[in-house]
Amino acid sequence: MMTTIRMQPTDSGSDSERQIVELVVKRYDSRKDALVQILREVQAETHWLSRKVLHLVAAAVGLTPARVEGVASFYHFFHLQPVGRYHFLWSDNVIDRMLGSRMLARELCRLLHIVPGKPRQAAPASLDFTSCTGLGDQGPAVLLNQHQVLTRLDELRVVEIAELVHARVPIEEWPGEWQRVDDQLRRPDVLLASPAAQGEALRATLARGAEATLDEIVISRLRGRGGAGFSTATKWRACLHSPCPAHGGRVVVCNADEGEPGTFKDRVLLTRQADAVFEGMTVAARVIGATEGLVYLRGEYRYMLETLQSVLEQRRRDQLLGRQILGVDGFNFDLDIHVGAGAYVCGEESALIESLEGKRGTPRIRPPFPVERGYLDRPTVVNNVETFCAVTRIAQRGGAWWSAIGTAQSSGTKIHSVSGDCARPGIYEYPFGVSIAQILEDCGANSGAHHAQAVQVGGPSGLCLATDEFERCIGFEDVPTAGAFMVFDETRDMFETARGFAHFFAHESCGFCTPCRVGTELVVRRMDKLAKGHGSIFDETELRELESLLHGTTHCGLGATATNPLRDTLARFRPAYEQRLKSPTFTPGFDLDAELAAARRVTGRDDADAHLVWQE
Amino acid sequence: MRAPDPAAQKPVAPDNAASKPRIATVSLAGCFGCHMSLLDIDERLFTLFDIVEFDRSPLTDIKHCAACDVGLIEGGLCNAENVHVLREFRARCKVVVAVGACAINGGLPAQRNALDIGQILLDVYQHRPGLATGSSVPNDPELPLPLARVHAIHDVVHIDHFLPGCPPSADAIWAFLTTLLADGAPKLGRENLHYD
Repeated sequence: MMTTIRMQPTDSGSDSERQIVELVVKRYDSRKDALVQILREVQAETHWLSRKVLHLVAAAVGLTPARVEGVASFYHFFHLQPVGRYHFLWSDNVIDRMLGSRMLARELCRLLHIVPGKPRQAAPASLDFTSCTGLGDQGPAVLLNQHQVLTRLDELRVVEIAELVHARVPIEEWPGEWQRVDDQLRRPDVLLASPAAQGEALRATLARGAEATLDEIVISRLRGRGGAGFSTATKWRACLHSPCPAHGGRVVVCNADEGEPGTFKDRVLLTRQADAVFEGMTVAARVIGATEGLVYLRGEYRYMLETLQSVLEQRRRDQLLGRQILGVDGFNFDLDIHVGAGAYVCGEESALIESLEGKRGTPRIRPPFPVERGYLDRPTVVNNVETFCAVTRIAQRGGAWWSAIGTAQSSGTKIHSVSGDCARPGIYEYPFGVSIAQILEDCGANSGAHHAQAVQVGGPSGLCLATDEFERCIGFEDVPTAGAFMVFDETRDMFETARGFAHFFAHESCGFCTPCRVGTELVVRRMDKLAKGHGSIFDETELRELESLLHGTTHCGLGATATNPLRDTLARFRPAYEQRLKSPTFTPGFDLDAELAAARRVTGRDDADAHLVWQE
Repeated sequence: MRAPDPAAQKPVAPDNAASKPRIATVSLAGCFGCHMSLLDIDERLFTLFDIVEFDRSPLTDIKHCAACDVGLIEGGLCNAENVHVLREFRARCKVVVAVGACAINGGLPAQRNALDIGQILLDVYQHRPGLATGSSVPNDPELPLPLARVHAIHDVVHIDHFLPGCPPSADAIWAFLTTLLADGAPKLGRENLHYD
C-alpha cells in the first residue's frame, strides 16, 4: 500500500502533477485523515509542495486549501519552496556538531555554490539543517531527500558527494557503503539478546487468556519506555474499560517517533527486533480487544520502511497478523505504518494521534486521555517501541521473571543510546539500577583521550549530570531516561551545549501556545547574545525568569522541559556562564552604530552625532 | 511586569530623606498616549504632586534630568537621540520603568521594521512625485539619524520594571507608582492586567 511509484523527475506541467495527486489520493481512498501520508507521497514525486499542488490535494480529499496548507507548513520535511533534486538535511544535534558536522556542511555548500536554507533557482542541490536524525553513534549524519541516510561523513566524502552531484549521478548509484547504518550493539541483555519473536508470545497469550496476560503485565511492573514511565498495565486496563464509539473499536499505536536528540535505540530495535515489536502490539491487541494497529515511524527512519513492510508481510503469511491469527476464530489484528514528516512534538502521544489523523501535530488538552478518546476518538493505547518489545518477552516468560530484574520502582532493563565523547558509542542494554559511572566505564568515556565532565541523560528534556553525580543510578526513582546518553568530555563548553538545545526547542515548538512559541525564542536570543560576547550580569536574571516561566505556563511537556538544559547547566557548570556574564553594565545584543549605517549612507553624514557607541 | 530583584526591594526614597522622591518622564518613539493616561489619574494628580517632585518631563519642560529616583519611559527607540536620552535616564535614575507597549515591544512604530530605512528616506525625500528638483534627504547634523529598526528599550539598557498596556490605564499607573514609592515593589493587581 505504501510502495512509491517511480517516475522520471520532471519540472513538468500541471497535468503530471494532477496525475500524481490523483494516484496518491486514490491509494488512500481520498481519506482526509491520511493527509500527512498523502502529502509525503506526493512530495516524493513532485519534490516540493507548490501552492498549486496543495490545492489539488485539497480538492481531491475534500478539505479547504487553508487546512491543507496549515498541515503542510507544520512539518519540517514538507517543502513549500522548491528544493534541489539532491536535498541534504544535515543532522544538527550537538553530537553531530562535535564530530565536525557544521564544518562539513560549510564545505559542501562551498563546493556546490549554495547557501544553507536558501535553495537557489536551478541549482541541483540544496542544504538545510534538521534536528537529530538518530545516528549520533555514527555521525556526522545526513538525510538525503528525506529518504536515504548518509553516515560517517568526512572531508573526503564531502568532496566525493559534490562530484556526484555535479555529475548528476542518481542517488541509487551512490556507493552503498555511504548509506551503511550499523547497529553497534555493545551490550545486549534480555531484550536485544533474544531471538526473533515468531509467535511464542502470542501462543503464550492465547494459552493464558487475555485477562491473565494483563495480570502478568501487572506482575511485571512494566512502565512505559518513552520517558514518563507510566504503568503499562494501568494504561491498557483504562483503555479496555473505555467504551468504544459506534464508528470503530480500540486501537494499538506504537510510538516510533524517536525524536529526542541523542536517542537511537528504537532504530536498532526496529532493525533487530521488529518481530518482537509487532508481536508486542499484537499481544496488546488481544488484551484490549483491538483489531487495528498503527506504527508511527519518524520521517527520519523512512529508509527502514520497505524492510518493516516485508516483516509485516512475512508475519501475515505466518498467520501472526491479519485474520484468524494462529487459526483462532475472532483473533483479527492488522497494522499499518504511518511515516512522520519531521516534527519532534509528534513524539508526544496526543500530538502523534493528531498527526495520524492527518492534522498539525498540536498536543491535545488532556483529559480525555488517548485511552479514552484517542485515534479518531476511539480508545487508544500508545506505547513506545521498547515497551512493546518488553511486552513480548513478558508474555513469553512471565511477569515475575521481568519483575525480578531491575530495582524496586523500575523493573526490567533499559536500552541506552550512547554517543558523544567515548571510545565505544552505540547501544547498551542494562537492568535498571546501573550507575552512570558504570555506563561511562563500559563505553570508554574515561579512557585515553576522554575524560567525561557531563552526561546528558534522557536527551535535552532529561537531566544534565556532572562528575559528582556519576554514582547516581538509572531508574524512575533516581535518574529516569527515555534512552539518550550523551557524553561530554572536559574540552566541551557546556554553555554551547545548552545553547544548541535551546535552538532545538525553539525550532521544534509547535507554535500553539505563546509561552513556548515566544519563550523558547527569547531564550535563544538571550543565549545567542551571550555567545557573541554581549552578556552582562543582568542577562542571568532574565534567563532564570524565562526558565521559571516556561516551567509553569506552557500547553504541553515540550515547553515545560525546553529550559531543562539551561537550568541544569546554570546549576552545574556556572563557570561556563560566568565568563560570559562578567560585564556589570548592560550590553545591547546588537551593534547600535551599525543600525545607523543605512541612514548615514543616504544622508552622506559621518559627523560625531551620526554614530553611536555600543555601550555607554 | 518582572518579578522584582529581592536586593532592589527597598522603598524608593531620595538620598536626602527630607526631600520628596524625584520622578522624570519622557516619551521617546511613542505617541504621548501613556503621558495622557498619566494625566487621566485626574484629582489624584494633586496627591502625586504632594508626594513627589517632577524633574525632566513634558510637564516641566526641563531638558535634562538630574539625579532622580524613578524614570518613566514611554515609547521605544527609533533614532540616535532616543538612545542618548534613554542612556541619560539610565545613568541618572535609580529605577527605570518601561511604560506601555512601545517601550516594552517597540509597538506601532516597529511596524516599519520590515522595511529598509535608507529606502524609506529616499522614497520620501528624493523620489516622491511633486518634490522640487534636486531634493535630497535632509542631512543637517542637528537631526538625529533614524535607526535601522525600532527597538524596545530593554534591548539597549537594563530596565527595572515593565508597566504593560496601550496605554496602561490611569488606575494601573496610579497603582504602580504608589506601590513602587511605598516599598519598591510595584504591584498592579489582576484588575489592572486585563485588556478586554
